[in-house]
Amino acid sequence: MQVRSQISMVFHLDKCIGCHTCSVACKNIWTDRQGTEYMWWNNVETKPGTGYPSKWEDQSIYHGGWEAHNGKPRLRSTSKSKSLFNIFHHPHQPTLDEYYEPWTYKYEDLFNAPQGDDQPTARPISMVTGEYIDIKAGPNWDDDLGGSEIYAANDPNLDSLSQEERDQLSAIERLVFFYFPRICNHCINPACVAACPSGAMYKRGEDGIVLIDQKVCRGWRSCVAACPYKKTYYNWSTGKSEKCILCFPRVETGQAPACFHSCVGRIRYLGVLLYDAEKIEKIAGLPDDELIEAQREAILDPFDPEVIEGARNSGIDDSVIEYAQKSPVYKFVKTWKIALPPHIEYRTLPMLFYVPPLSPVMHRQTGETVTRVSDKFFHEIDEARVPMQFLANLFGAGQTEPVRYALRKQMAVRTMRRQVTVGDQEDSDVNEALTQADSDREEAEAIYRLTSLCTFDERFVIPPSHRESAIEAMKDPLEHKKEVGFGFIDGPRRGK
Amino acid sequence: MIFASGISGDAILSYLDQFLLGALPYIALVLFFLVTIIRYRSSPFTYSSLSSQFLENKKHFWGLVPFHYGLITVLLGHLIGFLVPRSVLAWNAVPLRLYILEVSALIFGFLALIGFLISMWRRLTGSKIRAVTTPMDWVLNILILFQLGSGVDIAIVYGWGSSWYASVATPYLWSIWKLNPEIALVAAMPVMVKLHIVSAFLIIAVFPFTRLVHALVAPLHYLVRRRQVVRWYRDPVRRLIKSNPEEG
Repeated sequence: MQVRSQISMVFHLDKCIGCHTCSVACKNIWTDRQGTEYMWWNNVETKPGTGYPSKWEDQSIYHGGWEAHNGKPRLRSTSKSKSLFNIFHHPHQPTLDEYYEPWTYKYEDLFNAPQGDDQPTARPISMVTGEYIDIKAGPNWDDDLGGSEIYAANDPNLDSLSQEERDQLSAIERLVFFYFPRICNHCINPACVAACPSGAMYKRGEDGIVLIDQKVCRGWRSCVAACPYKKTYYNWSTGKSEKCILCFPRVETGQAPACFHSCVGRIRYLGVLLYDAEKIEKIAGLPDDELIEAQREAILDPFDPEVIEGARNSGIDDSVIEYAQKSPVYKFVKTWKIALPPHIEYRTLPMLFYVPPLSPVMHRQTGETVTRVSDKFFHEIDEARVPMQFLANLFGAGQTEPVRYALRKQMAVRTMRRQVTVGDQEDSDVNEALTQADSDREEAEAIYRLTSLCTFDERFVIPPSHRESAIEAMKDPLEHKKEVGFGFIDGPRRGK
Repeated sequence: MIFASGISGDAILSYLDQFLLGALPYIALVLFFLVTIIRYRSSPFTYSSLSSQFLENKKHFWGLVPFHYGLITVLLGHLIGFLVPRSVLAWNAVPLRLYILEVSALIFGFLALIGFLISMWRRLTGSKIRAVTTPMDWVLNILILFQLGSGVDIAIVYGWGSSWYASVATPYLWSIWKLNPEIALVAAMPVMVKLHIVSAFLIIAVFPFTRLVHALVAPLHYLVRRRQVVRWYRDPVRRLIKSNPEEG
């Protein structure tokens, strides 16, 4: 057993209201520099939808992530021999068009335009070239199903759905969408790190945050192609790649990352998971339907004396073990099993987990009266507006069972709370729902509390980083004075 | 007029030869070694391929791939001629082998030149690419264009270059390396050949000030590297207790 600690995340999709506050918080802190305008280290997608970059989930286009080959993971985008042959032109590199060309408006025209018969207008100009552009796409172009005939219909997760299920998504009275906020998953088998020819990408041993060393990155862009979630980005101005850093300067000082901190719906949870690093390669080579369970198994019980000893042996501080025991992520992922990894079939073993969303309760209008479609107060899980297979393609590697399990448990919590607050649910209804969901009142109460009543400190259980014992502390702290952003001794100078 | 003072035009040319073929190589080499090292140590951030494939993909393929493969092969040929000139001459002793070598060298030279012309065209016509082009890029582009153009021209006009390079240019290059430049070896060469040599040393001189430095950080170590990379910031002794199988 090789115990590692990892700062892990849960996003509770049932609570996401799609306000993009997280994206804006991140953009204001990290990506408002030249060359990063198009980057959204945190973005919120509408599902069904094609996302950002467009159709990123379609690996037949992007060739991201790993594939299992004789029980071992193999990169789709590159290999040791291919990487050198393809170094002059990466065959799977997405271009700016797949994201969007960033633009601003020529605001000064509003003030400087000569007097005339028409209102002055501020025309859009490209933030790359400074020339006038016709805006073709932008971030969240398909927000809230805008243009869904084009965008939502092209969602790669719809491919395996029957026509009936597809129609169901857009039918009147059944129309539904939900939000899918995304940041870097800080995977434990990161394809970006494995693909980086320069060795600039690394996973931090202490907390598992995946970073790009800006001084070692040479801009070969292999990480961009290799990440199946398209969460590393190429900075066209500096010629270096960049990605979500999980706000490590904030995490190291006990603050939640900006997107977590600013989340209006309070959907985000952060905590430590202990996992067995020895198992990674074996898990990543398993068939699709075994991946979720295998990853769960690699996540270790922080109360198990054997695990605690193993953690101490690999140099994990006692305080981190203590925080792992308090981790909200552990509860969602391992104890309750209601948080699932996104697209685990890409085999990077993401450490950001999603609680799949319950659909709105369905009603049917007959003449003047509106009735519920189910005998029970809440609809059956399989009759939900979002087809089960769609959620399964996102969070279950195509398997409906783990998703059904997570949704059923959430529904049981809802039924139980309805009994407490409104009182129109019989004991038998509640018990039946709980039994079906493999749960009990105690667990349901705990889920309810951590979902609805959670305080700031319950959502973000951030372990001490112990930077005081870092070897880097030996360096002269004044050495990096006058740096710009995160680590530039020389400001980037290129082009204009 | 300077000639009036008794110095003839031939003498001026001879001084020019002295400078361009005798002194410039040393200026270039000193700059190359000194500045690349200083730059690598003081501003590693600036070492990048500065790729613009992200901004334009199609012409990038048709330009950059033939250019790099052509250039690397041709440079490798120059290096072989420099290191083992006798073997090259021995190989060329059989006419058929000489033809094969000459033709393939010319093909790769053309690949490099055509690829480079496409990438210049890409840079001139794409507004996004122009936005990431520095004045130094243009200096470099002109030098490389001249270098490739003169190289292909020499290969066509003065045939059997692989042989006379090995027997004439190689001793000259070695004489520079041995700090005893024998300019006479190349002074009698055609002007185009001399210009090719001068522009080569100019490129070496500007090399450390340009994006060319990316050639020095080609990621060959990827071939032997562990797949996953984990960096620790704490207690390097304790983490050595157990090996990291996942990084293997």
